[in-house]
Amino acid sequence: MIDLLYFAWVRERIGSPRERLDTAAPTVRALIAELIQRDDNYARAFADLTSLRVALDQQLSNFDAPLAGVREVAFFPPMTGG
Amino acid sequence: MRLSVQSDPFDLGRESTAFAARVQGAGAIVTFTGLVRDNGGSLSGMEIEHYPGMTETAIQSMMDQAAQRWSLTDALVIHRYGRLIPGEAIMMVATAAPHRAAAFAAAEFLMDYLKSRAPFWKKEISGSGADWVTATEDDEQALQRW
Repeated sequence: MIDLLYFAWVRERIGSPRERLDTAAPTVRALIAELIQRDDNYARAFADLTSLRVALDQQLSNFDAPLAGVREVAFFPPMTGG
Repeated sequence: MRLSVQSDPFDLGRESTAFAARVQGAGAIVTFTGLVRDNGGSLSGMEIEHYPGMTETAIQSMMDQAAQRWSLTDALVIHRYGRLIPGEAIMMVATAAPHRAAAFAAAEFLMDYLKSRAPFWKKEISGSGADWVTATEDDEQALQRW
């Protein structure tokens, strides 16, 4: 099981801040492909990967990173702190 | 070093004074404070979302890097989340170093990294709706100089 977290407009488009998923996706990109199959909300949230960032277990990562051993995947837009 | 990610307002004067009182071996302190702009009166508020856990880890790592690179004697970061109104302080950074060049550089480094690498997202609220603030190419470029 993997925890999925969504922030900012990703959360709004998907309509939920977090969920648990049983997945065999080997990479982040494969996980996204799986999510997009679910419904239009996911398809909208993941339509443009250049405007998305991903963190694996709270560390910034990339879409080709493997998911083996990862417990928490977070998707969000580029950060706007400060 | 002190890091606080909080929804409550902070007292800039009190934080600066307390920081100055506890630093040791410093000859310079630089503080920076970021405020909510009112965008010419059109903005009624700002909602700041963050990623609890990752926020603290990411900022702590920036502070550790800054402390090591500029031999800081101390550093402070306070960053708020939740609902803020125009004029309110969003965040502050304070750096203490033996000399001012290091304190200024470390504060700028922390600001540049907080802007693009600390997991906060700002939403501007106005009479006509609410819009997520978009990260700019300039924000990303600013990291290149470090």
